Amino acid sequence: MSNEATHNDHAHDGHDHPPHLAHHYETPKQQFESGKLGMWVFLATEVLMFGGLFCAYAIYRGNHQDVFLYGYGALDKMWGATNTVVLLASSLTMAWAVRAAQLGKQKLLLTMLFLTFMGGVGFMCIKGVEYYAKWDHHLFPGTKNAFYFEASGQAKYPEALEHAIAYIDSKNTGGHATGSHAEHAEMAEHGDAESTASEAAHAEEAKPTIVHAAFAPPADVSLIKPPPSPADHGVVNSAIDNAGISETRNAQHTQLTWDSLKPEEQKKVHLFFDIYFMMTGLHGIHVLVGMAVIAWLFLKARKGVFGKDYFTPVDVGGLYWHLVDLIWIFLFPLLYLIH
Amino acid sequence: MTDAQAATHDDHHDSIGHISPPFVLIGVFALLIGLTVLTVAVTFVDLGSANIWIALGVAVAKAALVALYFMHLRYDAPFNGLILVCAFLFLAIFIGISLMDTGSYQQNIQAPLTVRPAQ
Amino acid sequence: MTVINNPVKAGVYGGQEQSGTNYINHSKGIMSWLLTLDHKRIALMYMVTVLGAFLLGGSFAIILRTMLFARAVTETPITPTTQDLYNQFFTLHGAILVFMFIIPAVPGILGNMVLPLMLGAKDVAFPRLNLLSWYCYMGGGAFFLFVLLNGGLDTGWTFYTPYSTSTTTSVTAATLGAFILGFSSILTGLNFIASIHMLRPKGMGWFDMPLFLWALYATSVIQVLATPVLAITLLLLAAERVFGVGIFDPALGGDPVLYQHFFWFYSHPAVYIMILPAMGVVSELIAVFSRRHIFGYSFIAFSSVAIALLGFLVWGHHMFTSGQSAMTNAIFSLITFSVAIPSAIKVFNWLATMYKGSILLATPMLYALAFIWLFTIGGLTGVFLGSLSLDIMAHDTYFVVAHFHYVMVGSMLTAFLGGMYYWWPKMFGKMYSEKVAKIAWFLIFVGFNMTFFVQFVAGSQGMPRRYADFIPEYALYHQISTIGSYILAIGLFVVLFNWIHSLRFGKPAPQNPWGGNTLEWHTSSPPPHENFIEDPPVSDPYVMGAWDYDEAGECYVYNEAKAAELALREHH
Repeated sequence: MSNEATHNDHAHDGHDHPPHLAHHYETPKQQFESGKLGMWVFLATEVLMFGGLFCAYAIYRGNHQDVFLYGYGALDKMWGATNTVVLLASSLTMAWAVRAAQLGKQKLLLTMLFLTFMGGVGFMCIKGVEYYAKWDHHLFPGTKNAFYFEASGQAKYPEALEHAIAYIDSKNTGGHATGSHAEHAEMAEHGDAESTASEAAHAEEAKPTIVHAAFAPPADVSLIKPPPSPADHGVVNSAIDNAGISETRNAQHTQLTWDSLKPEEQKKVHLFFDIYFMMTGLHGIHVLVGMAVIAWLFLKARKGVFGKDYFTPVDVGGLYWHLVDLIWIFLFPLLYLIH
Repeated sequence: MTDAQAATHDDHHDSIGHISPPFVLIGVFALLIGLTVLTVAVTFVDLGSANIWIALGVAVAKAALVALYFMHLRYDAPFNGLILVCAFLFLAIFIGISLMDTGSYQQNIQAPLTVRPAQ
Repeated sequence: MTVINNPVKAGVYGGQEQSGTNYINHSKGIMSWLLTLDHKRIALMYMVTVLGAFLLGGSFAIILRTMLFARAVTETPITPTTQDLYNQFFTLHGAILVFMFIIPAVPGILGNMVLPLMLGAKDVAFPRLNLLSWYCYMGGGAFFLFVLLNGGLDTGWTFYTPYSTSTTTSVTAATLGAFILGFSSILTGLNFIASIHMLRPKGMGWFDMPLFLWALYATSVIQVLATPVLAITLLLLAAERVFGVGIFDPALGGDPVLYQHFFWFYSHPAVYIMILPAMGVVSELIAVFSRRHIFGYSFIAFSSVAIALLGFLVWGHHMFTSGQSAMTNAIFSLITFSVAIPSAIKVFNWLATMYKGSILLATPMLYALAFIWLFTIGGLTGVFLGSLSLDIMAHDTYFVVAHFHYVMVGSMLTAFLGGMYYWWPKMFGKMYSEKVAKIAWFLIFVGFNMTFFVQFVAGSQGMPRRYADFIPEYALYHQISTIGSYILAIGLFVVLFNWIHSLRFGKPAPQNPWGGNTLEWHTSSPPPHENFIEDPPVSDPYVMGAWDYDEAGECYVYNEAKAAELALREHH
């Protein structure tokens, strides 16, 4: 997919052509505009490719609202926001790199490309920390997910499930969960206040206790909870409504607990993580490809290839990087800011 | 020889591309950060279903800023902008019709019969 | 306009006389082909590999028909092993022919060869991407070969879930193969869009382009906008098999009908990827061999775009019986009918072009006429199937099989063969035997109709598709169909023989054997490495009056005085 890098980097040295003009173009401007047009068409394909995932997202969110409201509790809003800022900053440096190339400022170009690359590194590192936190709570994509249920209705990983429920319930209720998972919720809440990295370490030591002492036997867990009575449901809903009006501080926690999910929706919670990992994973791959493009641009730029007359690869590579940013701009609120 | 440019492109100036001045770049970046803060802040206030639309609205505004200024669409050939708009349009058709339809049959989906008896 | 454009002065027989070299002998050695950036050489590489895929997928079809014939003449029921084998053969038949033959055939071979020539350009906009697209094609093909040798594939070419997530055959490899082939398709489309936008010569506005370019442009738009959705669909399917990501599998909490929405959002537009370039070829052939200006130029041009856009709004008509909601069904049915309008516009304009024309029944024209015949039958039965009530009955029967073979195979294949015959002299600088070519045309036309027309009947009687076994009532239909398929196969081999024979023994081709005025006829046959020695004269591609027939050379000769006169008249 890194083919965008190959645009217009040509070998044919033409007759009376300027050195960077491919033989089948008449003027540098025509070549530049062709490169841009080609890249925009390619970006359209990227939009539609991600579009498939957005479609899956829209359909599952539209049809299983509560699953998403519940599942997003496992994501860390602040890490998401930080990553947004990191990516926006790298977009700024990329735009600046294009400017530097256009003005022929060699040193500035190299600096800006380097900073952009480091933005990518920073983004992937934070993503890694986030993924690590998920994995630590057994929130994998696919059938390894803690919320995965067998066709028979049995939870496949009862212990992990119990732990994951406690973890998410506590996050969703801000530590004020009531109900069967309350005490575990409180335990998980501890680790939560700290940064994800240290939380991971914390969970390491907390785990054995949870499994052996604090939790109900697996057989009990695996049974699907009966649907809450209409009255129960009403309570939950009005709690949400009230929160909005009276207590804005608490409203950040949607107060959706495992027990308030309908049984069939409990079985679909793993789908939230499937979609989360597919979307962020595909986006992450694009970030890596973008970083490779920028590294390639950096190496080229060091040889002094780019200047006022020839900066198409920087411009076109920049477009790709901005698109990666653009997709994240949509991913961030859809995944991290569900309300 | 042959590839003289199409009539629309035969403006033979040497200047290619638009050079963004620093204050535009920084200004756009500041706006983007501001919008990010806004969209996070809004989640602390419960506005019911309006929240998602506000979040999406802010995202669209941010995307527009990136596309228009960082990606130079504002100064670019209009066709490049049209490509992006078309991509989103077709995406809307895809998501819209799929969403309309899938909602109607969700309750009918069952796991394959072969594994049913185990229940 | 000098040497190249005047075959009498230049020697009638094309390029060799003037420059000594053409694109084929311009450089030597296998690497000069494998690393070439020349669109013409890439077109030839596409030709060899796409025809290879055609041979492979086509032989699966013959195996299928033979199995059905064998069933029709014996009493013994089909064993489960045979049924498994049958499932594998029809799946690979469909998957290989759709992804590796029908989709890349016209854009990959004829488009790559002719598009830059028609633009008077030296190459496509991004020659490296063009080469990369061929390598993507080869990579995807390698995956399919792997599938062939490792457990096969038995899901049908559509990979419907939930079966495709549970079968033990090589679905993952096949989806990755189709994914990579999708990239090849996207890169070709991207290249064509950029080329048509940026490389048109001075004086060639959008409405001065040959209609083949309009068709390729519309096709490219579909390739670019639809193929990525297939890519993500197949990725999700692969993720479902490998990790158990449950977007589509109901056992994992997913939605199997959603898979069909995803799949057909690509695959319905994809059938227009198959047919639109074919229509473009036919527009060229009809005009040139009727010696008349194409009738309703802008209608044909816009109808290509209209088909491309409408194609995105009808995918649900593949899903009338899938559990899709009644309202969605009704909407999709209605829009499906409307696709008939731009299609009919094309057909009527072709007929009007022929009216009072001086029609020359050369081989390419015969294929163009066959196209109109087959496409009309295929298209009209499509209208039947677009109506909800009839589709409920005909769904998954041989009626559907016959319908899409008439459109995807009959129409596309005849247009492809017509285009190949038409541009063959340009591509290789050799003439083929007209007599043998006509015999092959007859075999193909008769064979095709014999194979598939009875399938309409069998389908309307209720014969379901994809069944290895059937009751005796259907035996006769299957026997007729199989015999027809043999005739068709023989016809295709005659075509192949004719082509290979012409490469060695064919008469050298003149610069312009047919009298067309699109720019590729303004250069030698075969063209030099950089396509044109000097700029070709841009004028209305369908005004052919400047070309005089030369009896002695059996070719057309450019008359500059007439051309100047015509140009003057055009300006007033």
